[in-house]
Amino acid sequence: MSMTEHRSTSALLYLSGVTVSFDGFKALNNLSLLVEPGEMRAIIGPNGAGKTTMMDVVTGKTRPDEGEVVFDGKADLTKLDESDIATLGIGRKFQKPTVFENHTVRDNLLLALAGLRSWYKLLLAAPTKAENNRLAEILSIIRMEAQQHMLAARLSHGQKQWLEIGMLLAQDPKLLLVDEPVAGMTDVETETTAQVLREINKTHSVVVVEHDMSFVRALGVKVTVLHEGSMLAEGTLDQVSADQRVVEVYLGR
Amino acid sequence: MITRFLWQGMGPSLRAAVLFVLAIGIILPLLNQLMPAGSTFYVPAWVLQLIGKYLCFASLALAVDLVWGFCGILTLGHAAFFALGGYCMGMYLMRQIGSRGQYGNPLLPDFMVFLNYKELPWFWHGFDQFWFAAIMIVLVPSLLALALGWFAFRSRVTGVYLSIITQAMTFALMLAFFRNDMGLGGNNGMTDFKDILGFSVQSDATRATLCFASALVLAIFLVISAAVVGSRFGKALTAVRDAESRMRFLGYRVEGYKLFVFVLSAAMAGVAGALYVPQVGIINPSEFSPGNSIEAVLWVAVGGRGTLIGPIIGAFAVNFGKTYLTGALPEVWLFALGALFIAVTLFLPKGIVGLWAQVRKARAPA
Repeated sequence: MSMTEHRSTSALLYLSGVTVSFDGFKALNNLSLLVEPGEMRAIIGPNGAGKTTMMDVVTGKTRPDEGEVVFDGKADLTKLDESDIATLGIGRKFQKPTVFENHTVRDNLLLALAGLRSWYKLLLAAPTKAENNRLAEILSIIRMEAQQHMLAARLSHGQKQWLEIGMLLAQDPKLLLVDEPVAGMTDVETETTAQVLREINKTHSVVVVEHDMSFVRALGVKVTVLHEGSMLAEGTLDQVSADQRVVEVYLGR
Repeated sequence: MITRFLWQGMGPSLRAAVLFVLAIGIILPLLNQLMPAGSTFYVPAWVLQLIGKYLCFASLALAVDLVWGFCGILTLGHAAFFALGGYCMGMYLMRQIGSRGQYGNPLLPDFMVFLNYKELPWFWHGFDQFWFAAIMIVLVPSLLALALGWFAFRSRVTGVYLSIITQAMTFALMLAFFRNDMGLGGNNGMTDFKDILGFSVQSDATRATLCFASALVLAIFLVISAAVVGSRFGKALTAVRDAESRMRFLGYRVEGYKLFVFVLSAAMAGVAGALYVPQVGIINPSEFSPGNSIEAVLWVAVGGRGTLIGPIIGAFAVNFGKTYLTGALPEVWLFALGALFIAVTLFLPKGIVGLWAQVRKARAPA
């Protein structure tokens, strides 16, 4: 029955009744969530609300104890591991920029480029013309042509963020999960990041986890509020801000 | 396609290293064979034997570096693969003795006669043929690495836990090979070899050939390693070393990468061990002792982990020091080894090769 249920949904990401507990503590408690294709969704919530655990569940890092997680109407994410899920088209950007420090900017992008992943094919693979063109395109989008042969370790913090965004473009996922992208950024950088994410959202679905309310406001998208592992409220930022329960959670009791 | 694969990793410094190794393997044996014994240029057979031994150690170091330096798997059991290759060669050499043993048994090696074996154990069959032994030299270490790696990497055993497992593996094998009823010579191992491929292992010409073969094998391993490391596979491999979970989230199946280098490296260690045994004339369970594996890691650390030339320099430097010190001041050697480990960790994190790069950088105008 549940099969037909989620087959009929058009949602790109479908979470239903997901529960994860660590030593009795319920990090996620009967969480349900729908993300439509092409949508950008902001997920907010106080510390410990389960935002990162939710991402871990979707990317296969953590297995839920209960519940359904379905991607693209067909793939049961609870049965797959990280690399399977990434291959299906879910990309993840971590809070801290994680690029391959001992590789050049270009090689970082090459590794991220959608396509070849199996070890025996990579032994003999030479970059194709299409791949080189795509790399050139991404390098120009992230404005790093001049640094393409520089080791990633030598980039500044901001450049690493850009490189990581380039890697996500190279990976070309259907759904992009972004974890606290503006942590430690200045106001100007925060605004730029919001622009970039809106730009990416034109061709990709995006889920953003964020603390920063001014950033969420700048995104101007539907907001889901998590609290103690469950969904507390959903709607525009103004709607959820007006919700008495959300105010309580954020302002403390 | 294969040639393109093999050439993709060949930079100028690597080409120089390959030529240098080949030059050692050609010139020294030729000087031994062509020069009269009294000449200044004459290279005595014991030098060939020593160099041949070092070349085998260098191959082992390269194998360790491939998994540790390029994939971040700190193996503390690689001497086991080396010893298994050595045992396969030892079994071949034992069967070549034939009826010339002390007991004159045409089929059974001496230790079996001594232990009252009535017939050849099943796993000794085929080892009278060199081609069979040659296949086993590669196959036995590879299969062990495949089995161990399969379970360890799939279960995501990493870091110090993996090191402990590899150390336990070599220790367990040592204990097993010490047993007489293993049918592999017990604690005495195998020795008193006579012939290899019909030539006397004692003769200078054979020693010269074995030294050359060791150099050739090292050169081939260098080319293969460079090709692997220089390919897109190699880029992915070092990325796995530096940020394994990031690679998983990019969609890479990390286990496959680790398993491939681990098996390749084990096969290389096995071949190195097989060349080592006829040159030293003995193989016994002490080759499995945990200390040997740790020493191999030290060679890589001293020479420069994560470079292809480093492990070769390290293997030669440390073993030259060992040969010298164990002869001149035998009681000092283990202390020197310990001090070296500490000194390299503290002052030379990138080994001799890294030091050289540092000096060059410091001298270059800012």
